[in-house]
Amino acid sequence: MEFAFTREQEELRREARGFLEANPEAPLSQLRELGWLGVSVPEERGGGGLSFVDEAILFEEAGRVLYPGPFLTTDVVLPALPEVDEEAWSVELDGLVPHLDSADRVLREDMTAVPAEGETLATVDDSRPLGRLASRGHGDSIDGDFEPVRLRLLAGLAAEAVGVAQKALELGVEYVSQREQFGKKIGTYQAVSHPLADTYVETELARSLAYWAAWCVAEEDEQAPTAVAAAKSMAAETAVAACERSIQVHGGIGFTWEHVLHRYYKRAQWIDAFGGHAARQREVVAAALLD
Amino acid sequence: MDLRDTPEEAAFRAELRAWIGENLTDEIRRGRFEEAGRDWSWKLHEAGYAGLTWPQEYGGAGAPYSHQAIFLEEMARAEAPPHLGVIGLGMAGPTIIAHGTDAQKQKHLEKILSTEEIWCQGFSEPGAGSDLSAVRTTARRENGHFVVDGQKVWSSFAHIADWCILVTRSDPESARHAGLTYLLVDMHAPGVEVRPLRQITGEAEFNEIFFSGVEVPAENVVGEVGGGWQVAMTTLLHERGTLGFALTAGLESQIRKLIALAKEKGATPVQRDAIAREWIGLQAVRYTNYRSLTTLMKTGIPGPEGSGAKLWWSEANQRVTKLALELLGPEAQIVENGGYWQHQQLRSRGNTIEAGTSEILRNIIAERVLGLPRSR
Repeated sequence: MEFAFTREQEELRREARGFLEANPEAPLSQLRELGWLGVSVPEERGGGGLSFVDEAILFEEAGRVLYPGPFLTTDVVLPALPEVDEEAWSVELDGLVPHLDSADRVLREDMTAVPAEGETLATVDDSRPLGRLASRGHGDSIDGDFEPVRLRLLAGLAAEAVGVAQKALELGVEYVSQREQFGKKIGTYQAVSHPLADTYVETELARSLAYWAAWCVAEEDEQAPTAVAAAKSMAAETAVAACERSIQVHGGIGFTWEHVLHRYYKRAQWIDAFGGHAARQREVVAAALLD
Repeated sequence: MDLRDTPEEAAFRAELRAWIGENLTDEIRRGRFEEAGRDWSWKLHEAGYAGLTWPQEYGGAGAPYSHQAIFLEEMARAEAPPHLGVIGLGMAGPTIIAHGTDAQKQKHLEKILSTEEIWCQGFSEPGAGSDLSAVRTTARRENGHFVVDGQKVWSSFAHIADWCILVTRSDPESARHAGLTYLLVDMHAPGVEVRPLRQITGEAEFNEIFFSGVEVPAENVVGEVGGGWQVAMTTLLHERGTLGFALTAGLESQIRKLIALAKEKGATPVQRDAIAREWIGLQAVRYTNYRSLTTLMKTGIPGPEGSGAKLWWSEANQRVTKLALELLGPEAQIVENGGYWQHQQLRSRGNTIEAGTSEILRNIIAERVLGLPRSR
């Protein structure tokens, strides 16, 4: 049993963090040039020949900077295609399509691929709009099942949520270590520090679940559906709670539009909602345990 | 990253599981801990499962920490009683190995492994709980030995223990962390009195120990006279080190029982959600322990990610045991219907207090892991 990243994976994370912090809104084409698309697709099909765990590392880092493009959705579709292509992809789940406006094609749950045409709706997290496909038109049928795509998508969201939670925690720690009230750094007050300690514990737990789920997906382990549901539920709730606590310890400034925290908070809630809120994920787990 | 057992770990697990199957009888499982535990502990020692991670030169198996983790998992799965020498094996032994003299190692280590010596811990006092540096039990120097006076509390095993690891104040003028001395004290010496402490569950799992003029030879000092704080920290590091695995293994067995109860009694949608939540939390702690263990095996130091394991476990165990009572329904209050869960639920209130209160653990995470300014 070994639960650690390889040296290459640590290197990939460093590279991703450096690049994304400098270019948080880099176009998808630039991520493609870096080799971040189709990371887990075998080389003979035009991919990077690595594993889904490597992809999860990229998703976590993308979550940290709230990367706004259709990176996750493209990357989870590519392994389902006969060959890695140059298109921006999205996925339809529960009738909703993330990034419909910036994607080229959409994979539907019946494994048909259709052009990304339809109405894009404003979302609370304005960096990740949702759309509804125009109902007309037949798609191209793609061989294979949708389930692996869905699992990659939800496991990817779990990894992204860990990145969101981690950043919200870091912002909180930084602020309470500087801000003074009553002549003291507010981080010395336990009513302030203990919620951040809880965020730390939950974020580490959620990270373990996210990479367990990613590993199960990579290995096509029979536990994958349960692991993914577990990871998605806990990571999303952890990210939401991490943002709420961070907003709280920031006081008034955390409630303003100018502070970055509300964007993390909205992304966290987007992640929780898409593909089913935490309670819906837990029903998957409960069914596996009790029925 | 490979979350499966290695072939070598799988072989160890299979061998251990077979051994448990042959040796763990219902008599041992149900017997009174003090008697049945002794036989069980001896069997574990004979089979080489006591002191798995101790160095071979001190009679241990010199096995990697992953074996200790597998051992704890399999013991919990089989609902085996704990080794009677948990304090000796997990705390006193490693402290003596780290700071003890050759004579102390010679005298005690082998007997700790064989459970010939049972150990207890004398750290907490009525006035020194979370603040260990407030220790008031004194060790006065007199003609080449120490005379110990004072009172310790919350000592598990003290009523059957042969030896005690004791933190004392040897310099009466000193305050806080300075002037403490760490002693190995013979529990059969004149002046040692043990009184059981009846707890919330009605049983007496812990004790008070009274020391009145107890003579302790100077060669029983561990580390330096006045350097007891550092030695005590080694003990606590070991207490919290592999603790995560023992706790997770215990929680896994609780949740397995909870699921069986829910299947038998039926669960509402709200209860199903709560059960799923606890199972998810269990997997999260388990894999976090694995991450921490991998770091420990690579660097010799457990990773910081594991520092929340005890905090999470204690609160999870409180929720799980309450949930079980809820599944039992109104009859949960009738002793013959819910003895196990009633006991477990009451006992769980101690979980957020023993081995570092949740408040202290949150302080440790805030200050040492997150680097927040110190509150004290």
